[in-house]
Amino acid sequence: MQIIISNNSKEPIYEQIYAQIKTHILKGELQVGQPLPSMRQLAKDLDISVITTKRAYEELEKNGFIYSIVGKGSFVSEQNNEMIKERKMQVIEEQLTAAIQNSKEIGVSRTELIELLTMLYREEE
Amino acid sequence: MENVIELQNVNKSFKGFQLKDFSMTVKKGFVTGFIGGNGVGKSTTIKLIMNLLQPDSGTISIFGLNYKQHEKKIKQRIGFVFDDNIFYEHLTLTEMKRIIKRAYSNWDDNLFRYYVEQFELPLNKKIKTFSKGMMMKASLTIALSHHAELIVMDEPTSGLDPVFRREFLDVLHRLMENEDKTIFFSTHVTTDLDSIADYIIFIDKGQHVFTKESTQIEEEYAIVKGEKELLDADTKKEFISIRKSNHGFEALTANKNRIEEVFGQMVLIEKPSIEDIMFYTKKGAEWHV
Repeated sequence: MQIIISNNSKEPIYEQIYAQIKTHILKGELQVGQPLPSMRQLAKDLDISVITTKRAYEELEKNGFIYSIVGKGSFVSEQNNEMIKERKMQVIEEQLTAAIQNSKEIGVSRTELIELLTMLYREEE
Repeated sequence: MENVIELQNVNKSFKGFQLKDFSMTVKKGFVTGFIGGNGVGKSTTIKLIMNLLQPDSGTISIFGLNYKQHEKKIKQRIGFVFDDNIFYEHLTLTEMKRIIKRAYSNWDDNLFRYYVEQFELPLNKKIKTFSKGMMMKASLTIALSHHAELIVMDEPTSGLDPVFRREFLDVLHRLMENEDKTIFFSTHVTTDLDSIADYIIFIDKGQHVFTKESTQIEEEYAIVKGEKELLDADTKKEFISIRKSNHGFEALTANKNRIEEVFGQMVLIEKPSIEDIMFYTKKGAEWHV
């Protein structure tokens, strides 16, 4: 697993680790059930503090990318398609709500909005 | 989380110096860096932790034990690295080891040999011929050879060349693979902390300024640079302290997100070093008196 850290980036180091491991998982480079290096091992390998890797792993776990077993370590979770779909649906809902609010502000009617959406949807196809 | 070192409301006065109502904790399994300028109480605190000084008031407990009843038990579990030479100069390292090993029930000759080899230390040369770096390596070797759970170091990297500093940090990184080890060290070479410290305790003028996780520092603090026209009575409040020049200002904030909201693209936001935080926090404290 390749992880490259920039010490000069404005982005905190734990976020850099989080983002890179997440990408490895989503691309399927890390397989379901595959163990991740221990937090302490990774901290040593990357020359960073233990609390930084701990923080990155906590975020990964919170967002369902990995799971941890006490005394055994951390593993890649099964990427639940339902869960991903649900999360996306939530984002879509929020974005549509914003679109509706913007429409109301400038007096675009529901029909007009639906027309616009239908048109944009077709364009994407 | 378990505390390995705990100081509660500790007071200690000397002529012209006072440690005031000082409280701090060091967590098991992590590296805690202890920062502050010269003469602000770092060494005094370390001496109190090592029971080389006793507090006027307040409590100190190490591994949950107090020194009055458990001094021997506590000392067995600590490896201590001083910045001064604590060895007999006319002896060799082998001779010195023979004296020291008797004091520790967990002394491990194999471990001693391992570090001697790793640090390329001469066993049969008199210690007075050692360079500053070698002395440090010898001191560290002794501290690590009895399976200490807590390593306490006073300014371990001061006066070391950059190559050995890296080697030294590497040794610490390797040690921390074991989650039962705890490291506490004072330093004013703040770049040491960037790579290894999990927690940072900042002391100034005998008083505790803050204890923070290093990730928390990364998230909250930022150096902000921009044009002086952006500063007014309201925006100034967002900063801990500000340095102005003819060409603009540079300031430290402890609320990075807020700055991004307030100033957006109008300022440059950078990651601060621990040195920046020390410098601006000290300045800020001086302003507000």
